Amino acid sequence: MNKTDVLIIGAGPTGLFCAHQLGIIGLSCEIVDNLDKAGGQCIELYPDKPIYDIPAVPECTGEELTNNLLQQIKPFNIKFHLNERVEKLKNNQNRWHVKTSGGVEFDVAAIVIAGGVGSFEPRKFPVKECEKFEGNSLFYSIKDKSIFKNKIISIFGGGDSALDWAIELSNTSKVNLIHRRDGFSGVESNVQKVKNLNEQGKLNLYTKYQMESLSGDKQIESVKIKHDEGEIKEIKSDYVLGFFGLIMQLGPILDWGLNINKKTVEVNTENFETNVKGIFAIGDICSYPGKLKLILSGFHEGALAARGCFKYAKPDQKLRFEFTTTSKAAQERLGIKK
Amino acid sequence: MAKITYHTQDNKTHTIDVQKGLTVMEGAIQNDIPGIDADCGGGMACATCHVYVKEEWLDKLPTKEDGEEDMLDMAFEPKNNSRLSCQLIVSDELDGLEVNIPSKQG
Repeated sequence: MNKTDVLIIGAGPTGLFCAHQLGIIGLSCEIVDNLDKAGGQCIELYPDKPIYDIPAVPECTGEELTNNLLQQIKPFNIKFHLNERVEKLKNNQNRWHVKTSGGVEFDVAAIVIAGGVGSFEPRKFPVKECEKFEGNSLFYSIKDKSIFKNKIISIFGGGDSALDWAIELSNTSKVNLIHRRDGFSGVESNVQKVKNLNEQGKLNLYTKYQMESLSGDKQIESVKIKHDEGEIKEIKSDYVLGFFGLIMQLGPILDWGLNINKKTVEVNTENFETNVKGIFAIGDICSYPGKLKLILSGFHEGALAARGCFKYAKPDQKLRFEFTTTSKAAQERLGIKK
Repeated sequence: MAKITYHTQDNKTHTIDVQKGLTVMEGAIQNDIPGIDADCGGGMACATCHVYVKEEWLDKLPTKEDGEEDMLDMAFEPKNNSRLSCQLIVSDELDGLEVNIPSKQG
């Protein structure tokens, strides 16, 4: 059991800055995120794209912003729980008992949801029977590549994940790469490699095809693919892999008794608390009149929510407003030596 | 204003006057048309505002920017008449445009 003052759900820019604000006022926190790294949408959707509207930062990329925020919270030694999704919350004598998908448990005074538009989940095939094979012969990510050795693998997608795996697995397996158009979104060097492998007969490339159906008993045996013009091909396959990027799903947050409106959580603008006492929501996931989905709004919301958490974490103490420029306590927490 | 018609999955038809300069996605969101999520808010980064454009309108639309086709690779059941509605800016030329909203956005 991890005991801390506040649990932050989501390690995007808003969650990271909220952790900073909690640290400054002397509260401890830990952060859970479903992705394998901090940064949220900044890292997952646009690590290399420039952002021009962070106050006092004329231009930075999603990755630079994330790294700077991580640098800023370094003095607080915050513990991250990555690859974990918060599943269950239970109120227990004015504290919250929280459990994640991987079984990590927390005992906290307050919770800040900084979950963006939800947790990132792989996008799935539209074909219905895919569900039946998911996890046994159909995958959206690869954990153990050794199972594919000497097998027939059909890979769907046109981005770098699809291309990388097609190239890598073509060394030890028979690979079919299927994509809905002639163009690819992956990097040019990967596209060229795949085309060369196709010409050398080391990989079969099918473009302008999409999945039509799957057949097999317990395991996949073959895949039917359909061309733009209607022609259908059946190809033998032991495994099917789909790489269509990630989509954001609200997931278990829906079951926590919060007021939800159009995939966002309603909050007050005084301290960004939800209708449930002790649960706050900040950043893209919260809604209130005038809400602007900008990173800078998330910073403001995080600063107020952090102060809102104080009365739950330290009910006997009073929080005094201070500036970091002059506050000895804040500077001590930041580890500043004079 | 331009009239944009959204055909939704529940077999309903919504014809809306959308202000010029807004996108077809914004027209749907502001008028609570179901089936357009627009998770990223119009940044061409999520493919959850995917629509099927009625065939006769395909040639009249602005051509796709590089990133749009890449994002459509991620969309749920993309077809030849697929577009991201956040990239379709409403103008006089688009008055009367009809789009079908897919059964799912992901």
